[in-house]
Amino acid sequence: MKVLMFGWEFPPIISGGLGTASYGITRGLHNAGVELAFVMPTKKRLKIDVPFDIIAADEVHLIKRYEQVIREMKNINTSVFKKKFTIAPYFTKEEYTEYLQQFEIEKKHHKIDLEQEGLLYFTGNYGKQLMSEVHRYGIIGEILGYGEDCDVIHAHDWLTYIAGVAAKEASGKPLVIHVHATEVDRSGENLNQEVFGIEKYGMTHADRIIAVSHYTKNIIIHKYGIDASKVDVVHNAVDKSQKLKRLGIEKNVKEKIVLFLGRVTMQKGPDYFVEAAYKVFQKNKNVRFVMAGSGDMLTRMILRVASLRMLDRFHFTGFLKGVDVERMYAMSDIYVMPSVSEPFGISPFEALLYDVPAIISKQSGVAEVLNHAIKIDFWDIDRLAEMMLMLLENEKIAKEIASKSKADMEFIHWDYAGEKIKSVYKTVLNFN
Amino acid sequence: MISVLFYFQVHQPFRLKKDYSFFDIGKNHFYEDEEANRSILNKVADKCYIPTNKLLLDLIKRYPGQFKVAFSISGVVIEQFEKYNPYVLELFQELAATGQVEFINETYYHSLSFLFSKKEFKEQVKMHKEKIQTLFGQTPTTFRNTELIYHNDLALELEKMGYKTVISEGANQIMGWRSPNYLYQPVGVHKLNLLLKNFKLSDDIAFRFSNKGWEDYPLTAEKFASWIHSTSGNGELINLFMDYETFGEHQWADTGIFDFMKALPEAILKNPEYQFITPSQASQFYTPLSQIDVPYYISWADLERDLTAWLGNPLQDSAIEKIYEIEKEVKASKDVEIIHTWRKLLTSDHFYYMCTKWFSDGDVHKYFNPYDSPYDAYVVYANVLNDLIETIKQKSLVAMDT
Repeated sequence: MKVLMFGWEFPPIISGGLGTASYGITRGLHNAGVELAFVMPTKKRLKIDVPFDIIAADEVHLIKRYEQVIREMKNINTSVFKKKFTIAPYFTKEEYTEYLQQFEIEKKHHKIDLEQEGLLYFTGNYGKQLMSEVHRYGIIGEILGYGEDCDVIHAHDWLTYIAGVAAKEASGKPLVIHVHATEVDRSGENLNQEVFGIEKYGMTHADRIIAVSHYTKNIIIHKYGIDASKVDVVHNAVDKSQKLKRLGIEKNVKEKIVLFLGRVTMQKGPDYFVEAAYKVFQKNKNVRFVMAGSGDMLTRMILRVASLRMLDRFHFTGFLKGVDVERMYAMSDIYVMPSVSEPFGISPFEALLYDVPAIISKQSGVAEVLNHAIKIDFWDIDRLAEMMLMLLENEKIAKEIASKSKADMEFIHWDYAGEKIKSVYKTVLNFN
Repeated sequence: MISVLFYFQVHQPFRLKKDYSFFDIGKNHFYEDEEANRSILNKVADKCYIPTNKLLLDLIKRYPGQFKVAFSISGVVIEQFEKYNPYVLELFQELAATGQVEFINETYYHSLSFLFSKKEFKEQVKMHKEKIQTLFGQTPTTFRNTELIYHNDLALELEKMGYKTVISEGANQIMGWRSPNYLYQPVGVHKLNLLLKNFKLSDDIAFRFSNKGWEDYPLTAEKFASWIHSTSGNGELINLFMDYETFGEHQWADTGIFDFMKALPEAILKNPEYQFITPSQASQFYTPLSQIDVPYYISWADLERDLTAWLGNPLQDSAIEKIYEIEKEVKASKDVEIIHTWRKLLTSDHFYYMCTKWFSDGDVHKYFNPYDSPYDAYVVYANVLNDLIETIKQKSLVAMDT
């Protein structure tokens, strides 16, 4: 399986979170056995050492590429191409004229030789020329769509949607767009209509959409009018302050929250969580416990909490899904996974996405990977209570544990995301 | 003369939103499922309150001075009538105007306050008394505690409060060999009289009426009257206490319950030894046969006739302890809305929904429970209570700042 991926940044050329995410995603996909060609506007002629192709748009020689495409076209049935070469659809006439004039000027001043004449210019920044660069990137998308061999096209955020759609139309290959942020997130109600239009254009033409959260998925559905069944969620690793704000979350209680999230069954050790919570509750009333999930032990847990008279400090949410899971993690201060036995256990990772430090049982597979998480024996409720109190009372330590654990898990998380994205590819390939 | 005494209980709680979640705490201060409360009230009004009130009005007109009944109508259901269906209330007022209907005093919020706060109990009783005076122009002298919950201590308190009559259940554990068909006096009091439910005859109408597996099915007015008449020489007073919703709601119209009730007065009055009476008249008319000692709590609920429908499991106890624990703060807020909201949470039904006695065997009691399980009932109640506690805290902080 080969993917032609359009991004805007890639380390070391990064200015926002998109570059880091692109790096993580390509790494995860590579580890999942997916072949890649990663396209970016410019790599400033730097050499980027990754085990897959990097295509810099400002190094794509249009004339040579077109000649090659035309040669190939003569050899195959031209009817597979539904249309002739066009300038990317959002490149307005004025912009195109401006581009040509600038090209002429540059040619004069810099005495661009023939070799250089087939190249388009990109800064890869987010400056004044951004919109023209986005449209110019579309031309690159189209030409690569004709020339590059791939099974799936993948485009990250609005900057690359025009290129992605152009590549899809040129190649006839399915397009996956990846929504890290939307104009609705960036600008609220005062939308830049042009950006919003490009986003909608990308979402409409995509075969599938990957959203980085259920929250983003909801925006895609409700603000852009896209069918929910077309959108998958694959979480990125991002930091909490950004996340909380983006999720539109305001914590509803002042107290710190200690979270258990998972099936309420024997294997997950919910009873140890309740007993440890009671020990904490006796010492520190400035904390609330939440048990999120459902299962055959839930009624027993509710009875126990009522017996311990923790009604005003211990809460049950029932089974959570989608955006409520994200909210729950984002609101929490400590995550506890007291599993009796857990082959791996992905939930502490999910908690870490929101910078929530985890206390995990030694009897879980994830304990082997998270070197910096606090580990306890699931049955040792005294120790569990002690650790909860310690993290509740020492914010610095809690923060440090979260950030170190996050570093522990980052690569693993991207592998996990890579697998999920790969399965999205499989879906579009089956559909087409 | 032997008297037949009908007392009907009218009550509907303010049910809570079943999806009030942890995320609502601190944000959403509106707890009630207005939609469900409105539709249930209107449904029961159509099936029961309106047709039965009309039937009773007809019977009262047909037997002037002879056919009498008594009602206890909780304050929370009165509020729902006012809000959703004032016509029902007008019919009750018409019934009051006939002079053949007595209105009984209870706790305004249909609460278990006597068990948890005497102060709150007295306040609610007073509120309810004033409501009856305003709506029905009567000053009640008869009291019935929520769900006929009763104890010697209640009698002592009521005597101090000036009541003449109190109503309870003729539970086996207090009656022993004695018959409920007499007027009694609670131990330790001198003026207050006690009326006890004849649960056999009451439940023949309330529970067994439409049961085709019952040996006495179908129950006709003549048959029932003959049972009443057979008490002659073995009692003075037959106390038929039941939920008003028996008529048309628990027993649907097609069971023939309305025809039964329509024919019953004539069938009973056929025997000139019999009459209908109201609770306060019974207190004047008869002399107590003996004293009744009730040193522990009884009620009219379930086979146990005790408090276990509302109290005793950790869900119920934890919830009710916490809600009464904040009484002081609630009242100190002096916020009418908050106090009213808190009081509506005292309504006994909330704790009834948390009862685990019937959960396993899928009993008929589930019929009255809007929740899928008692645990759901607890979780929603706890969430709501947490929000109320936070709201009060916020308010007192603001008050301290200003």
